Amino acid sequence: MESRPPARPPHPKPGSPQDPLATIDSVIEANRSLGGALLPMLHGIQDALGHVPPAAVPRLAEALNLSQAEVHGVLSFYHDFRTSPPGRHILRLCRAEACQAMGCEALETHLGQRHGLGFHETTPDGAVTLEPVYCLGNCACAPSVMVDGEVRGRVTSEKLDRWIGGFRPAGGGAR
Amino acid sequence: MSVTVYVPGDSAAIGVGANDTAEAIARIAAERGLSVRLVRNGSRGLFWLEPLVEVVTPEGRIGYGPVEAHEVTSLFDAGFLQGGAHRLRVGPPEAIPYLARQQRLSFRRVGLIDPLSIADYEAHGGGRGLRAALQAQPADLVEEVTKSGLRGRGGAAFPAGIKWKTVLNARAEQKYVVCNADEGDSGTFSDRMILEGDPFTLIEGMAIAGVAVGATEGYVYLRSEYPHAERILTAAMQTAEAAGYLGADLLGSGRSFRLHLRRGAGAYICGEETAMLESLEGKRGMVRPKPPIPALSGLWGRPTLIHNVMTLAAVPTIIDQGGAHYAGFGAGRSRGTLPFQLAGNLKQGGLVEVPFGVTLRELLYDFGGGSASGRPLRAVQVGGPLGAFLPESKFDTPLDYEAFAAAGGMVGHGGIVAFDDTVDMARMARYAMEFCAIESCGKCTPCRIGSTRGVEVIDRVIQGRQRAENLALLKDLCDTLSNASLCAMGGLTPSPVLSALTHFPEDFQRPPVPGAPARASRTIRRH
Repeated sequence: MESRPPARPPHPKPGSPQDPLATIDSVIEANRSLGGALLPMLHGIQDALGHVPPAAVPRLAEALNLSQAEVHGVLSFYHDFRTSPPGRHILRLCRAEACQAMGCEALETHLGQRHGLGFHETTPDGAVTLEPVYCLGNCACAPSVMVDGEVRGRVTSEKLDRWIGGFRPAGGGAR
Repeated sequence: MSVTVYVPGDSAAIGVGANDTAEAIARIAAERGLSVRLVRNGSRGLFWLEPLVEVVTPEGRIGYGPVEAHEVTSLFDAGFLQGGAHRLRVGPPEAIPYLARQQRLSFRRVGLIDPLSIADYEAHGGGRGLRAALQAQPADLVEEVTKSGLRGRGGAAFPAGIKWKTVLNARAEQKYVVCNADEGDSGTFSDRMILEGDPFTLIEGMAIAGVAVGATEGYVYLRSEYPHAERILTAAMQTAEAAGYLGADLLGSGRSFRLHLRRGAGAYICGEETAMLESLEGKRGMVRPKPPIPALSGLWGRPTLIHNVMTLAAVPTIIDQGGAHYAGFGAGRSRGTLPFQLAGNLKQGGLVEVPFGVTLRELLYDFGGGSASGRPLRAVQVGGPLGAFLPESKFDTPLDYEAFAAAGGMVGHGGIVAFDDTVDMARMARYAMEFCAIESCGKCTPCRIGSTRGVEVIDRVIQGRQRAENLALLKDLCDTLSNASLCAMGGLTPSPVLSALTHFPEDFQRPPVPGAPARASRTIRRH
């Protein structure tokens, strides 16, 4: 019975007055005094903007006295960070062993066949991005997904259809 | 009079509808003019009963589960606020055999208390360890931990006392305590349950560790996949600081311990301690060669005491009740208890804290109730994605570090993932290599290149191409990974692969599947 709306939209609504560069600068400023500040800064930028725009790289490098290559190296190392905007909703399907034992591969196949969604892909209408994740710590209630930052357990293909349908009101869930 | 109702705020419980259940209880109570005090406790760890609602009655707490939101009206109709009879009534939770047969030390408050209430925490024995520690000499605290026999719960099982002594004796202007909360192993969730269900235990354990080794700064490195735990721990740290469990003046002693929370970014390798240190320093999570050991040269080159959440969560009990008490539990050289986590295809998945020495069979059947699917259990992976797959013939091995290693297994962080007889072990072996390819930090060649080659070789085996030659090649590749990798990621990836091959050879001889599987390229992303 998962009727509640997603809690954390992955990025601001279109038309948000936020200026990305101003956001980047304010995140840098807020975290400047931390030791090892680059990760907190990258998280701060992605939390605010939904991704880390390329324009952030020189600013981060300047603030932390690093080369742009070093910033890029960190940005590209971690699976969490993305450099282009994702879909309006992010579905992360756990691929790890406990979820495999409870059929997550069938869910992966279902998402491909019914919704045309493979890993690292976004629906053509920009509604949903599918990403793999390796364990959500919900292994006694597998298979698990994370929908816009909220863990969901005992997931079935019907539940996936319902959530995705809710995210794609105009065209319906299928294509 | 107001009735207290507990509805878990644990993310696994929320994931199966606990928030909706809590809202329904509040709404219907209001409609009926009944006074209810809702407490969002941690989970008892009986996940097949989640959402497990508990009501405080004069006879004690009475549980109902699993309670989905649409069941709440019928619960009120049945008079559940007085403990009334209902189809979902499970009675006093402590009397459920699954819980009654456990010996919870680290988890003794999880599910019982409001995780963010210091008053609740102290009423259930919390805080006594830190109070005692502030009266004691550092060397005595280290001695107590040594006496307890506590070993690193992250997986490596290194004796904690030796680490504490090394950091205590290291001379430096600044030392650190770092908590590794990058719980990435599939099948594990005990760190998350403590963080969400009793975060003050971790905070107290870290403060004691800081007092003992002379560290005034601490870091928790928490994986980003646990946003709910992050919210609860953040709130708990603020409360703890206000109550004197953290900050410049620990419980009025004049001693200081400041704690910082850092979020990981989705890299399994950052659970390896040196990669975690690099990540904390704001760099790529690349493994450092050892020596120097982090206890002497860790975070920013300073002496650093690094422990997993569960190791630190055991500390308050050890200091409060004494090392000998803790060492009184367990088997062989594995002292104390381990919170095992039952996951995957089991009827009763959950958290089982028992002394070392329990067998896999007891955990899988007496606690786990056998498979969820009703089919026979065929393979069990213990200790995460780097742990061996074990067949039924190994189920009677006692789970202590040495005995289990002798049987070819690894206790690790205590995660147990069960598979029924539909599992294809060749595919599991392939996944082990694929996971290593996705998560390798890339620093050493065997792990970086070997894992990708491993996927290719297993694909050829599955496709039926020159099987004997390719299996020989696979064993050779595993030998290179085992012996030439820089850390456990590459070094142990052969363990699931070779155990699958040893115990389930028939799965590598199935009729060829031409062309399949070819999904690796969609998930392996280059660093």
